[in-house]
Amino acid sequence: MRTIALERSVAMIPDGACLMIGGFMSVGTPERVIDEMVRQNKRDLTVIANDTAMPGKGIGKLVQAKLVRKIIVSHIGLNPETQRQMMTDELEVELVPQGTLVERIRAGGHGLGGILTQTGIGTPVETGKQRIEVNGKTYLLEIALRADFALVQAFIADYLGNLSYALTARNFNPIIAMAADTVIASADNIVPVGVISPDHVVTPAPVVDYVVANA
Amino acid sequence: MNPQTIIARRIARELSSGMLVNLGIGIPTLVANHVPSGMQVFFQSENGLIGTGSVPEDGMAHPMLTDAAGQPVTALPGASTFDSAMSFGLIRGGHLDLTVLGGLQVDQAGQLANWVIPNKMVPGMGGAMDLVSGAKRVIVAMQHTAKGSAKIVKKCTLPITSTRPVDWVVTELAVISFRDGRATLLETAPGVPVAQVVAATEADLVIPDHVPEMVQ
Repeated sequence: MRTIALERSVAMIPDGACLMIGGFMSVGTPERVIDEMVRQNKRDLTVIANDTAMPGKGIGKLVQAKLVRKIIVSHIGLNPETQRQMMTDELEVELVPQGTLVERIRAGGHGLGGILTQTGIGTPVETGKQRIEVNGKTYLLEIALRADFALVQAFIADYLGNLSYALTARNFNPIIAMAADTVIASADNIVPVGVISPDHVVTPAPVVDYVVANA
Repeated sequence: MNPQTIIARRIARELSSGMLVNLGIGIPTLVANHVPSGMQVFFQSENGLIGTGSVPEDGMAHPMLTDAAGQPVTALPGASTFDSAMSFGLIRGGHLDLTVLGGLQVDQAGQLANWVIPNKMVPGMGGAMDLVSGAKRVIVAMQHTAKGSAKIVKKCTLPITSTRPVDWVVTELAVISFRDGRATLLETAPGVPVAQVVAATEADLVIPDHVPEMVQ
């Protein structure tokens, strides 16, 4: 793990990159990194996340700035701008049931090709997917997801990159931290090694590539 | 009593101590206001919380303690937080005793549509498909009709949420069960005649000889 300045952390993300971004309605989303992405005008992005928050918050800022080409999310209901761009074909939207989305990401980060779930059978979600019978039950094969970068928000990071999370800001963060080639974490608090006790480390340091220096 | 309160109070009667329950946004949220005192029910918020409490008092909100709509909540004694994989493991894995969701349509086989109106309203399914597919018991809380047109229909015209039929629909007029692939009128709201329920329902209803009034 290396510490990195905010500007440099975003500079290494190329246009057209595929990003996983933590957060649930912007709670647990790395806002400083998002703001810097907007400032550096990173374009043509694919974003994998739970939702696109609301206008002016979290991933909503990327959508508003028209930096996103495709999103893979479970929910866009609180962001009318995302819905508008979807209707006018400016933005490609793949809607995935939330539990399936998080498991596809988990599979991608855990060396699995995909997962089997009953969620979505007989609905539009099934289109183009394979059914698999196991022990008399029918499941959908949902394939793994990975990304070029994961943008993770933790509550506490130590100098080595061990991460812990707070309350409902955890959500997708520890899952995406396993599923990207490069993991960029920012944290509300950066503390000496040992402050997070081993039992409270949720994301172990070796999976974190960069911790973004706080202002 | 307003329609939402009738629905929420009736569903609250299905709660018992120790249950793990997920409430959707809208009318379902109101069920939490009618938990009998002294009963401990664990409410799950799918963004990663068991033990969701009421809205915080002024000045007591925490930006990292929110419900599934991103709004501030409190956490009750005994609460726990976890990531989204655990949250949906609880939902799909047979750990969730009850989910209460809103609905756009329910058909007479009990199939629910509640996540999209094509080309009009595309909020996405969020956790709804996992909840309906995975919870031990599914109750839909909704108004009986929308602007005068039936929401309990013969066959859903909107894309469905799951092939798994819901167990009950509770409206301001009635409780309807969908056991054995049929829609059966279980109860009517106080003062509501059976004929009024039938008139407001497009689905074919099985009407038992005796239909009791909802206990409120």
